[in-house]
Amino acid sequence: MSNLVQGQTGEWEVVIGMEVHAQVTSDSKLFSGSSTAFGAGPNQNVSLVDAAMPGMLPVINGTCVRQAIKTGLGLKADINLTSVFDRKNYFYADLPQGYQISQFKHPIVGEGVLTIELSDGSSHVIGIERLHLEQDAGKSLHDQHPSKSYIDLNRSGVALMEIVSKPDLRSAEQAGAYIKKLRSILRYLGTCDGNMEEGSLRADVNVSVRKPGAPLGTRTETKNLNSVRFIMQSIDAEVERQIEVIEGGGEIFQETRLFDTSTGMTRAMRSKEDAHDYRYFPDPDLLPLTFTQNYVDQIAAELPELPDDLRVRMVNDYGLSSYDAAVLTEERETALFYEKASIGRDRKIVANWMSVELFGALNKAGKTLAESPITPVALGELVDLITDGTISGRIAKDVFADMFETGKAAANIIESKGLKQVSDTGAIEAMIDKVIAENQDKVDEYRNGKDKLFGFFVGQTMKLSGGQANPGMVNQLLKNKLK
Amino acid sequence: MSVDNNTVKKIARLARIHVDEDRREALAGELNAILSWIEQLETVDTDNVEPLASVTGHSLPIRDDMVSDGNRQEQVIANAPETTSGFFVVPKVVE
Repeated sequence: MSNLVQGQTGEWEVVIGMEVHAQVTSDSKLFSGSSTAFGAGPNQNVSLVDAAMPGMLPVINGTCVRQAIKTGLGLKADINLTSVFDRKNYFYADLPQGYQISQFKHPIVGEGVLTIELSDGSSHVIGIERLHLEQDAGKSLHDQHPSKSYIDLNRSGVALMEIVSKPDLRSAEQAGAYIKKLRSILRYLGTCDGNMEEGSLRADVNVSVRKPGAPLGTRTETKNLNSVRFIMQSIDAEVERQIEVIEGGGEIFQETRLFDTSTGMTRAMRSKEDAHDYRYFPDPDLLPLTFTQNYVDQIAAELPELPDDLRVRMVNDYGLSSYDAAVLTEERETALFYEKASIGRDRKIVANWMSVELFGALNKAGKTLAESPITPVALGELVDLITDGTISGRIAKDVFADMFETGKAAANIIESKGLKQVSDTGAIEAMIDKVIAENQDKVDEYRNGKDKLFGFFVGQTMKLSGGQANPGMVNQLLKNKLK
Repeated sequence: MSVDNNTVKKIARLARIHVDEDRREALAGELNAILSWIEQLETVDTDNVEPLASVTGHSLPIRDDMVSDGNRQEQVIANAPETTSGFFVVPKVVE
């Protein structure tokens, strides 16, 4: 599939790099003992360190370090046994220190990789440039007062991992797949909850365009995108804008832009000529962060199975299609549900029932998997009753609908509604005889070579049985009778 | 490297420090004196010397991930010129 975009003057190649800010899952902040919990009252989760009172000193949270290493390992990245915290200096009302503690020259994690799968079945390896630890800033509320901004420092000092990709992405679709895959890995690892609505995962997207084979074009950076959809929309809008500007004889400026969700367009932020002069220097309050290879190896030994490995296992060992495996492994909860429902059973049938019937019903009801009225075990039992011939696949759909509605077990529903499949040869033969007797004209046509009518007889017999006849047996017995 | 009056103006603005125009010349001189001292340090051969971050021999202290602070909103906002319902209130800063 070509990713080139058609313009007036020919085709353009899109080059995208992403900087993702992922909030580290931890109880307390990166350099202070105040809580990271979401939803506290204004300035309640703030210590005097976070408020940058004079004389306060930062002390690093060991769990945040561990989470960053773990994430680095999940991205198959180099872990740097020594890294350095720097001050990134700028002034803003929600940054009481006047600088953000970040890592500039010596990040904790170096180069890694992340593999994305696209809907056309292709997969692409995207380079990770680096991952570093840094502090989040506070939150400004601009809509509470006509001439004032309100500042809440609850987020101030919360640990973030900034994960920077190489400019390896070539389309909005790839960028969407990248953020989804990254989110999935973070959630499997338990290092970030991936909750984009609460701001736990935000992306800055760098976009440029060039003629295929030409050197890189000038890039723009669209900041603070907090949904997969907005990331993809902003890229499409920005690509379109850049091509129009260049083809109209204009020039792209390296600038920061904002995505306006109401218009679906990007617009330039008021340009601040000094905005990028951060005057980084090593934070004199913090010694270099060091740990041993042994510590890294211990964390590596405890890594959970990651979505890529799990997907490969589902394809190779369970015989699932690559697509089904991708759907079932995107969310860890889904994979766990599936493992529970399918263990000791026909893995493929369970996969089908989950990805078609269960997801369909959940979608329709607007429920998440966690809210599913059907438990993994209950779904597994339903599949058992299909595979052992108690009910047909057709009847199973009705039973499933009933289970979803009432939360009852499949066996109970089958029992109380008398839905058990008829597998008694005599009973089925009697039904077939009746169908043949009532449709003698069609029987003659069939015997004279109109093979297509076979389906009609199957249908009539199934109808007569109220859908409960064993379809395999109906087929077999009909063939014999119609000879 | 040499600092001129314009550089003084720029770094003063970046640091949000007001410097009167007639002070720039003198400050440029002071900064240049510091820079020439650093240039002198740069003549020392450090090719085979590990960077030194501390002379105490300590490594970075690390704390456990425990909530041990917070819930001191009153103290946090005590010095603010203006507050409302627990927020700091500042002149509107918005893009």
